[in-house]
Amino acid sequence: MVGFSLFGWISQVTTVTLLNLRTLRERRGSSAVAVIGVAGVVTVFVAVLSMAEGFRATLATTGSPDTAIVMRGGTDTEMNSVLFREDTRIIADAPGVLRTAEGPLASAELFVIVDLPKRSTGTVANVALRGVQTSAFQVRDKLRIVEGRRFEPGRNEVIVGAGAVRQFAGLELGSLLHLGKTEWRVVGIFSTGGTAAESEIWCDASVLQPAYRRGSSFQSVYAKLVSPEAFDEFKEALTTDPRLNVKVMRESEYYAEQSRLLHSIITGLGTLVAGLMGIGAVFSSLNTMYSAVSARTREIATLRALGFGGGPVVVSVLVESLLLALVGGVLGGAVAYFGFNELHTTTLNWQSFSQVAFAFAVTPALLVQGILYALVMGLIGGLFPAIRAARLPVAAALREL
Amino acid sequence: MRFLPLIWSSLRRKKFRTIFTLLSILVAFVLFGYLAAINMAFRLGVDVTGADRLVLTHKVSLILPLPFSYLARIQAIPGVVDVAHATWFGGIYQEPSNFFPQMAVEPESYLRLYPEFLLSEEERRAWFANRTGAIAGRSTAERFGWKVGDRIPLQATIWRKKDGSRTWEFTLEGIYDGAEKGTDTTQFLFHYDYLDEARAFGEGLVGWYIIRIDDPHRAAEIAERIDNTFANSPYETKTSTEKAFVQAFAKQIGDIGTIIAAILSAVFFTILLVAGNTMAQSVRERTSELAVLKTLGYSSRLVLTLVLAESFVLAGVGGGLGLGLAWWLIQQGDPTGGGLPVFYFPLRDLLLGIGFIGALGLAAGILPGVQAMRLRIVDALRRT
Repeated sequence: MVGFSLFGWISQVTTVTLLNLRTLRERRGSSAVAVIGVAGVVTVFVAVLSMAEGFRATLATTGSPDTAIVMRGGTDTEMNSVLFREDTRIIADAPGVLRTAEGPLASAELFVIVDLPKRSTGTVANVALRGVQTSAFQVRDKLRIVEGRRFEPGRNEVIVGAGAVRQFAGLELGSLLHLGKTEWRVVGIFSTGGTAAESEIWCDASVLQPAYRRGSSFQSVYAKLVSPEAFDEFKEALTTDPRLNVKVMRESEYYAEQSRLLHSIITGLGTLVAGLMGIGAVFSSLNTMYSAVSARTREIATLRALGFGGGPVVVSVLVESLLLALVGGVLGGAVAYFGFNELHTTTLNWQSFSQVAFAFAVTPALLVQGILYALVMGLIGGLFPAIRAARLPVAAALREL
Repeated sequence: MRFLPLIWSSLRRKKFRTIFTLLSILVAFVLFGYLAAINMAFRLGVDVTGADRLVLTHKVSLILPLPFSYLARIQAIPGVVDVAHATWFGGIYQEPSNFFPQMAVEPESYLRLYPEFLLSEEERRAWFANRTGAIAGRSTAERFGWKVGDRIPLQATIWRKKDGSRTWEFTLEGIYDGAEKGTDTTQFLFHYDYLDEARAFGEGLVGWYIIRIDDPHRAAEIAERIDNTFANSPYETKTSTEKAFVQAFAKQIGDIGTIIAAILSAVFFTILLVAGNTMAQSVRERTSELAVLKTLGYSSRLVLTLVLAESFVLAGVGGGLGLGLAWWLIQQGDPTGGGLPVFYFPLRDLLLGIGFIGALGLAAGILPGVQAMRLRIVDALRRT
């Protein structure tokens, strides 16, 4: 008996819902408006969050857990750090550092900022110029030269990250770069698979030192460790060494830390704006569903008079509203994906005070979030009109004929 | 005026629809207003920069220092009226996230260059007299609840002291206000002498120079003269107008500001499209009523006016409340809790918003209005 009534209920729901959906064509104007409203909100929601996500992903994948970065104690970025040549030797000889036939895999580096014109605006932007030792290529094992060759030690040559070439003018292979009193020849272009290092320019540290009057000092040491677990031993050895006053971080943590501030600002702002817009879209779907219900007053009343229950009517209105929202959500997600995914841009990384090139990342998780958000809007937008439809007094509604 | 009750009753015809339409217009305009303020903040208040001020930095990058000795040489260049210098401190107050700009300056010359920083005569004298004294802008002081006389410790990230410590203590001697809405009141300023004598390295170096010139129209020429003076020296310079300097800096973040603005204006128009469509729809549903009005002798022109008036009332009420609410929200402070250098509702955008309200009223009302005007009574009545 229970099974039978459940079956009856389902068949009622199906009948009413199909009836509604069949009449959708007659209400395509207002339905289209509700769909566009939801699509707009989802587009913005996904696009803004994909920007935050892209920035985070760029910095998060920059570091690897088996690489450590060492800076002077009390500094929070490489830029403010100073390490002397003796310090860098002690660090390279510390336990836990991976060694090859040529010696320990540790690169003492300099990090300076130079002004270069941005392609998109023509105004100057801060670009990171990093002086490295030859072991840097083994420490950053993701780095590949995609065009040209590596710089030769001791010469005024630079290699440029693929992101930097795209975003800043005058960095093409073979071009001459004037920085202060020195000239640098671009001899190669490198890729690191989309990490923050791709926004940098690299040269030989020993050439950069005199050019920037740094004597024999460096700013940081990047060290490849035997394994990710060796980090604790390495850190312990350096921080307890009385000759040194240094801060030791995993490279991955150092870069993840840098993305935190901007990521939270963009996410916060994006959620706030998408939330406000969602309220606006809910109003428009409320309007659409209320007018859908009132356009069908007669039909609903007739069904009720024939013995259809209130439940199926509620469900049918909700289904219609959710369906419209789903279409809007998918549409919005598609616009965000095709319009913004892989869109390249740069922004200032406040911690390193230099430009980071990154691409918007419209991830599947973001698309799912966007569609869920659309469904929530559809649910709220359909609920009240649905209840109203179910409560229609049958006699009065029929009289409206 | 005597038609007001008629407009009122047509708005009440479907109360829910009217209310929801009003609310979605309201939301659109709240967003518009709020984003105008955020966009302004991303532009770093570039509209209020001084036209007669130049900024001189190291040619290679603004993070590289310049010698203090340039001060006198700049002063001697024809066209230069006044010079001040500033040095970035970049300290941490309690937590790294409590960011605000801190600069070591020579107090008298800096305040001469920035007359828009308003400081009372007593506070000014107290600050000049105290070597470890500092002043802070109103919004930073309010953000951390500082009062004059408070001791403020900052952890240096760049400037170690000679004794190896990193803690610098300051006494707050004054709180400055901005002469204009767009004036940056987040700065923290203290004596350069204090920094220079106690820091472990970098003695005699400053961060950048701010220069007042006699004629803003000759800015490019004077800037070139200054840069030529220092060409081929160990410290080559780059001089630009303050406006160009701030704009270039804003553009470093700017791509994102532009992207946000673009996305949001698209959505602003989406919401308006939705609201406008609903308004038009509600007029279409009343075709027969409008025909009745015409039968009663209302002229076509009057019917058009009535429909338009209704649409303007909706747009005006919704949009007006929205702009008002946005203004109120902006008054409550910026979303980062005082981290943005400027945060206010620019007058230009307020006027633009009012323009949009008018455009919405017209766009939503004109089509159904014209249809209503052209309506032939017989057709309209037959349709029902």
